[in-house]
Amino acid sequence: MDFTFTEDQLLFQSSVREFLTAEVTPARIRASWETAGGRDPALWRQLADMGLAGLTVPEEFGGLGMSELDFVLLAQECGYVALPEPLVHMAMVAVPLLRQVGGDLAATWLPRIAAGEAKVVAGLEQNLLVEDAHIADLLLLQRGDAWYALSQGQVELRHNESVDPSRRLYAVDIKSGTDPISSGDAATALTAATLDRGALGCAAQALGLAQRMVDLAVAYSCDRQQFGKPIGSFQAVKHLMANVAVRLEYARAPVHRAAYSLANNDPGAARAVSHAKLAACEAANLAAKNSIQVHGAMGYTWEVDLHIYMKKAWALANTWGDASFHKARIADAIFADGAELGAGATFAEF
Amino acid sequence: MDLAYTKKQQAFRAEIRAWLAANVPAEPLQSFDTAEGFARHRQWEAKLNEGRWGMVTWPVEFGGRGCDLIDWLVFEEEYYRARAPLRVNQNGIFLLGPTLMEYGTAEQKARILPKMACGEEVWAQGWSEPNAGSDMAAIRARADLRGDRYVINGQKIWSTRAVWADWLFGMFRTDPASERHRGLTFILVPLDTPGITVRPIPQLDGLPGFAEVFFDDVEVAVENRLGDEGAGWQVAMATAGFERGLMLRSPARFQETARRLVELYRANRASAEGDPGVRDAVIRAWLDAESYCLATYQTACRLGQGGKIGAESSTNKIFWSELDQNMHATAMSILGARAELLPHAPDAAGVGTWLDGWLFSQSGPIYAGTNEIQRNIIAERMLGMPR
Repeated sequence: MDFTFTEDQLLFQSSVREFLTAEVTPARIRASWETAGGRDPALWRQLADMGLAGLTVPEEFGGLGMSELDFVLLAQECGYVALPEPLVHMAMVAVPLLRQVGGDLAATWLPRIAAGEAKVVAGLEQNLLVEDAHIADLLLLQRGDAWYALSQGQVELRHNESVDPSRRLYAVDIKSGTDPISSGDAATALTAATLDRGALGCAAQALGLAQRMVDLAVAYSCDRQQFGKPIGSFQAVKHLMANVAVRLEYARAPVHRAAYSLANNDPGAARAVSHAKLAACEAANLAAKNSIQVHGAMGYTWEVDLHIYMKKAWALANTWGDASFHKARIADAIFADGAELGAGATFAEF
Repeated sequence: MDLAYTKKQQAFRAEIRAWLAANVPAEPLQSFDTAEGFARHRQWEAKLNEGRWGMVTWPVEFGGRGCDLIDWLVFEEEYYRARAPLRVNQNGIFLLGPTLMEYGTAEQKARILPKMACGEEVWAQGWSEPNAGSDMAAIRARADLRGDRYVINGQKIWSTRAVWADWLFGMFRTDPASERHRGLTFILVPLDTPGITVRPIPQLDGLPGFAEVFFDDVEVAVENRLGDEGAGWQVAMATAGFERGLMLRSPARFQETARRLVELYRANRASAEGDPGVRDAVIRAWLDAESYCLATYQTACRLGQGGKIGAESSTNKIFWSELDQNMHATAMSILGARAELLPHAPDAAGVGTWLDGWLFSQSGPIYAGTNEIQRNIIAERMLGMPR
């Protein structure tokens, strides 16, 4: 029993945190909002140059062969800066999907991803829209019990604006005459695994987003004076933030356990992922609610940076399975006949 | 990261499971807040100690097994799974024990710990006073050093288990000129000392689970001081963090409540589903109990590797106490009109022990430092908000 990360994993996390907080500033995110595609190719180049694009690509294809567990701490850091580029999606969803599909498709695209030369984006029907479909060199789309691999020429995109200007969402219509790359049971397995990986990516980012909002609100509460003292000295304000800290503290371990479960193909992974997403997104939503309150009217402005993180947190809570979907999966597991619950059951399956 | 138990941990689990299966009383014991129940629980502590299960984390020479925190969690899981009796000496084994390990002299450890482990000496705590509750630094009960004895005068209140316990530990003001956290000393007091009056206070269930304790020129030998004179606050606080919190309320307790809540919900599904909020609350209860377990294992592993824990341990008390309240509130709504019935009432079929748990859950956010005080600690020491 060892529920800790290795020193290497923690070291990598802190170097990525350093890079991201220096490079992915609120000002740079705001600048990207003003561009047509909403993306920052120079930033993607920097991420690729650091080798981040290919971390989960197997070594035989030029990557580092990292697992979901290796990447989960980095996904938290991407959340902390509200990174608009599709790094978490690529590393935690698209690359593992390609690995799972295998064959020529994987052999063609994985090396290009590792080299930072291609972006691959996966879309599920359940998500309604596909984030970053417009910048994908390859689109992997699920329709019913089939998966398709498509270039931009084989699809039509319809942009849908999100409350979060960093999110670029597209409805994707597949032009007729394309054959699926997978269908039937194999495709269903791809769909299930993709959903879990996407949900884990959301959960990990939600942890980072929640932490960022707490940091912003605490800093503001130390700075802003009323009645002759910092508002953070008032218990009513303190307790708003303490409540977030409690939920956040108990959301981390479920996310790490879900990453471990996915990386180890644990049969209970789906339940662990749903737990992680519910806990982390709830913490992030509470962080958003209480942080805007602590900021007062300033929090309701476009000018103050809080909304960059708040809006992303709201969006992540309802994509890759909303709360009702994930609660239903938990209910199916714990209300089943013979479900192993209670003291001693948590790690029994490992 | 490796979330599988080692062979050794599995063998340990099997050993405790077998011992509990053979030894846990078939019928639940009467409450330890009754004279008879207290005696029966004391006997159970002796039984546990015979199997060397009294405090598995203690060193072997004091009756323990020198186990690490993961073994402790495994022990607790099996203990609650087996529905073994609650620990009547929890103030001693979970609170004073670890403090003694850190601050006790060799003589004190040898004198006190073995009798604590076997239940021969049951401990009460004496922190609060009528005017020192959340503001514990306002303690006024005095202990004046005269020769080789302290002479204690004053009053303690909300002393858990004091009605039938043998000893009390608490903080007293040894420097009459001192204020706040300074000048306090941690002293252990035999409750049969002349000059002590214990006045039982009935709790919500009508039983005297705590008491007022009056001290009138009570003489205590100086060898019963724990730590240095004037260092009481540090002694009380230094070990107040995670380990004590963990030991007092390990996740197993809440995971078992969550499991029973799922059972209750399934058994009453037809009526419970009339309120969709109930299903949601049951799911949430299970998730939160699971989160508490996961986070505790993660912290225990980190501590086992030499990590330190800070003010974030204050989140633990808020999390479990509110979880416990929520779970019991949910059970009460599932039971509906039967919820208010005492278990022995003629038409109380199926109410189980939920009412008792519901009453007790009301105390969780209050004892061991109110949740409001914990929130202040989190905001100031963990988040760095201004005082």
